[in-house]
Amino acid sequence: LSHLRASVGTLYLSATHSIFVEDNPETRKETWVLHSMVNSVEMPSNSPAGSQLILRCKDFRVLQILIPQERDCLDIHASLVRLSRPGVFKYSELYCLSFNPNVNKEEREESWSFIDLMSDYRRMGVPNNLWVMTAANSEYRVCDTYPSELFVPKSAAPTIITGSSRFRSRGRFPVLSYFHQDTLAAVCRCSQPLSGFSGRCQEDEMMLQAVMRSNPGSDFIYVVDTRPKLNAMANRAAGKGYENEDHYTNIKLQFIGIENIHVMRSSQQKIIDVGEMRSPSMTDFLWGLENSGWLKHIKAILDAGVFIARAVADEGISVLVHCSDGWDRTTQACSVASLLLDPYYRTIRGLMVLIEKDWISFGHKFSHRYAHLDGDPKEVSPVMDQFLECVWQLSEQFPCAFEFNERFLLTIHTHVYSCQYGTFLGNSQRERKELRLPERTHSVWSQLWKDRVDFRNPLFKADLSQSQRVLRPNTTPYCFKMWKGLYSHIDKSMPPCQSPADFLSAMREESQQLEEEIAALTGRPIVWEKTEVLKRRTTHLQQRHLGPDPPTSYIQPITGHGQAVALKQANQMALNKEPNLYLPTECHSKLKDHDPDDCSTCSDRESGVADLRSRSSSGGDYAKDPDWE
Amino acid sequence: MELSEHIKTANVEDAVLRQPLHPAARGTLCVTGHHLLFSDREESSPQHFLLLLRNIDAIEKRMSGSSGTITIKCKDLCVLQLDIPGMEQCLNIARSIETLSCLENVSEMYPFFYRPSDQSLKDQWGLSSTEKHYSQMTDLHDRWRVSSVNRDYSVCPTYPQAVIVPKDINDEMLVKAAKFRHGGRFPVLCYYHRKNGMVIMRSSQPLTGANRKRCREDELLLQAVIDGSDKGYIIDTRSSQQAQQARMTGGGFESKSCYSCWKRLHRQVERGKALQESLIKLVEACGNDSHNMDRWLSKLENSKWLSHVQTALSTAGLLAECVERDGHSVLVHCSEGTDSTLLISTVAQLIMDPCCRTLEGFLALLEREWVQAGHPFQKRCAHSAYSHARLQQESPVFLLLLDCVWQLLHQFPLALGFSEALLLRLATEAYASSYGTFLCNSDKERSVAILSMKTLCLFQALLRPKERRCYANPLYERTELAIWPSVHPQSLQLWRGYFLRWTQQARHLEEAQEEIRNMVILWEKMFEYVCFNFFMLS
Repeated sequence: LSHLRASVGTLYLSATHSIFVEDNPETRKETWVLHSMVNSVEMPSNSPAGSQLILRCKDFRVLQILIPQERDCLDIHASLVRLSRPGVFKYSELYCLSFNPNVNKEEREESWSFIDLMSDYRRMGVPNNLWVMTAANSEYRVCDTYPSELFVPKSAAPTIITGSSRFRSRGRFPVLSYFHQDTLAAVCRCSQPLSGFSGRCQEDEMMLQAVMRSNPGSDFIYVVDTRPKLNAMANRAAGKGYENEDHYTNIKLQFIGIENIHVMRSSQQKIIDVGEMRSPSMTDFLWGLENSGWLKHIKAILDAGVFIARAVADEGISVLVHCSDGWDRTTQACSVASLLLDPYYRTIRGLMVLIEKDWISFGHKFSHRYAHLDGDPKEVSPVMDQFLECVWQLSEQFPCAFEFNERFLLTIHTHVYSCQYGTFLGNSQRERKELRLPERTHSVWSQLWKDRVDFRNPLFKADLSQSQRVLRPNTTPYCFKMWKGLYSHIDKSMPPCQSPADFLSAMREESQQLEEEIAALTGRPIVWEKTEVLKRRTTHLQQRHLGPDPPTSYIQPITGHGQAVALKQANQMALNKEPNLYLPTECHSKLKDHDPDDCSTCSDRESGVADLRSRSSSGGDYAKDPDWE
Repeated sequence: MELSEHIKTANVEDAVLRQPLHPAARGTLCVTGHHLLFSDREESSPQHFLLLLRNIDAIEKRMSGSSGTITIKCKDLCVLQLDIPGMEQCLNIARSIETLSCLENVSEMYPFFYRPSDQSLKDQWGLSSTEKHYSQMTDLHDRWRVSSVNRDYSVCPTYPQAVIVPKDINDEMLVKAAKFRHGGRFPVLCYYHRKNGMVIMRSSQPLTGANRKRCREDELLLQAVIDGSDKGYIIDTRSSQQAQQARMTGGGFESKSCYSCWKRLHRQVERGKALQESLIKLVEACGNDSHNMDRWLSKLENSKWLSHVQTALSTAGLLAECVERDGHSVLVHCSEGTDSTLLISTVAQLIMDPCCRTLEGFLALLEREWVQAGHPFQKRCAHSAYSHARLQQESPVFLLLLDCVWQLLHQFPLALGFSEALLLRLATEAYASSYGTFLCNSDKERSVAILSMKTLCLFQALLRPKERRCYANPLYERTELAIWPSVHPQSLQLWRGYFLRWTQQARHLEEAQEEIRNMVILWEKMFEYVCFNFFMLS
């Protein structure tokens, strides 16, 4: 099945999944692959044993299937190609419309109101006497890719807004993205001006003045053009471009140099290839990493965020961010900056709000970028992947600053592609409304919130984020690493040898229980004596720590298509609760009958790993160095 | 010549000290025979900064007008700057540092003067000895014995007085076998695998030379090692070409015809000059704050350090695999048998043996396999990555070992009983120390210098309860089985805690470690409390 471990079984195709059931009668391990997660189906030339199919998934897993009969293989290939790519305008074929977790209507509606953007704006202190809500875009009259509710400077009259929007690409005029209460400076976003070589627009200039004036402490604003300067200049030839500092008074223009979606797409392909290398040498690996340029791009995005955050928090200067259309790089830069500025966005719920606000509501083109439908391949680009990776890089640098863990980011990544929920569907708020998604699909956020225990970072220090409100990351190149959790096959195919995070989570939970017990015992608060304590562990805790880790590579949590199925799946969910596909299955059977006091279970798991590992690393190849006598 | 004669200017007022992660401080600088002492002028809470002169790897002086700046680059990779008023004072201080930081005479070094109030010279020196090691492994006794053939260090100057050898081989045969091995390092036992009775032996290369000499006793000795089982493996940590070439200079390898039961495997593990240069390149890359990602990655690649880590780990994995999984005894050697040989056998023992993974066990392992086994610490750690001095015998083999152990710790955060802090401490102490443990190059030299009477033992000091708290791994949980490291490039990481130690990044990681420790302590306290109350109630 996979390139690391082969097994024999039966392949089933359903309307939504490919299901592979192993023949091994003891386990009958099942592997489910959602059709919408399939990126490509390849059929390499036939081998004597039969025909091959290679499934490449959007979460970068690769499955190889060997089918004895060539005719069957062709059939399956044709079906999979069709099923994994709904037609251009056929949202109706997407999985989220048939996906029906067992919840009633009220719950579904509630799930859509789980994230409330207006309350987030209130949280950051708007509307206030500087920023107000404008009705200009209700019914999406001014800009069809913006949300209907927008905040603009108080002094910006409707005529200025419409005037400015006519001078901006796709009508995306400057609006508020984040308001920093401590300094009253704001992060605003828009698209490039249609200036060409000499064009100017009075209303747009007034709009920028209004943005500046809405920050009482400052006498200029930064305009951050996230593109490389060369690209911005090239755009002038097409009647677009960037703000001319002679026309706009009191602005400072800054180019950041994030590359465009096409560069990013090919760069990601290269880093995926690096992750798929079978047994590269260290040199091959580092060369591949360098050649892909991927970390360079991640660094550029983070640098943009750092620049904005520094301007807002340290200098108290408002920033206007744009790129070309203002929905890819701008979104990345704004959301990274918000994450650095506001500890709220570093919590589980906060990150959901941030994505809902900067990405979903401001018209990041999810359906185009993540190929939900069979569309223009040139529109596809890993913009969101990069944002999630920026968050991951930050969480590696500040292990105590984030409430969520890597698993949360990986799960979001999966759902951006999976089309299982309606949250990430469509290209703008307007499109989502027209598709009536809230009535026909479910929202992912409330589901993730339900599972939040799995996503918690045990090291998170809430009090730290109070004292250290603004994160000031180091962006020297040596701070960046390849995100193994997403790109490395080795990591996906093997269970983490030992996960201190899971252990700590269990311990933290345990501590809370103990605390309750103590409270029950004594009925009074506890004062700890300063005594040296002997090391001891409960078997209870040990067991938990030894249990199979919840899925890190996530495909399964599919909660059935109806009740009957849901029941059947409950069994198999238990089976699938593991980093799937490649794990030696013996570990389950062992876990079941293991004695609570037997501390060797942990080791059993390890030795399972060992088998694989040493084979891939050092093992078995003594013959390589022939005796040369 | 007294040390004080090297000090022309002992005190400088109004100097400015700049160190990483701290604001610049103004105060008094003082040079003593072994230290730089800086006290700042902060009246409310005066801060003292003490730097062992031995820790200084290189200095650079820059004069401007009447004052000068000395940049001090330490062996622990810290870079400091001192602004000193007065050109003459500055030059005097620079000269004192230059001379005093590389004293040659062992007995002048600081460990001979270090007398903290809470430790005494009468404290026990050392954790392990051959005899103790032997007595702990009773399974070994019917086939192996302790030989004191080297009691006056005449058979092998770099071995300790007692070594473990097969029972069937008498001392006379050992003397003859020693003559056939480079530096007299005849094959001795270093590890006994309880599960299957297989052993790891180590030695230096055999002196076969160009005309293929043989040594009956050496062959018998190895025959006695695998007595009863069908074959053993020899892991030569040189490439086969290197081993061939060694014959030209009198060295060589075990030929198949003479050692028919042994199968030889070659894995090239870098050591010596190449390794030192690799470290220099890596440190240079880490010190470069340029914001160019491509340049960083290509410099990291170019340094080859991670490749060396990868080779070392996979060779150790191979060794462990031979012993643990295939059930064969192994002899490991390079040329001298004092560097990569020790590296490979130590990592393999950590992979296989849970006893080596405790704090005490690890320190005892280091004592046996590095200090007593004759790794020439003084030569190898004379200079680190910054020195401009011409390279002599410097080579960061021990640092490479610590990096490999860190990779293990990184991949198995619960399996090792000690923390990253211990590895960092050892990395520092190996280059400059107040303790005598890493002084000298062999057991013989140490006994001549009477280290055990005149200096304090680092390993004992690290095991005191107060120190233990920061060097124990709070998450440690003993596992009896082997921990097989992944040697895939994606699984290996730059040891940021060491190479980027003086950056803000390392601070955040330390915070996280502290948080883990606190959580564990809190949990244990609560647990104790509940148990206690439960006990009282029932």
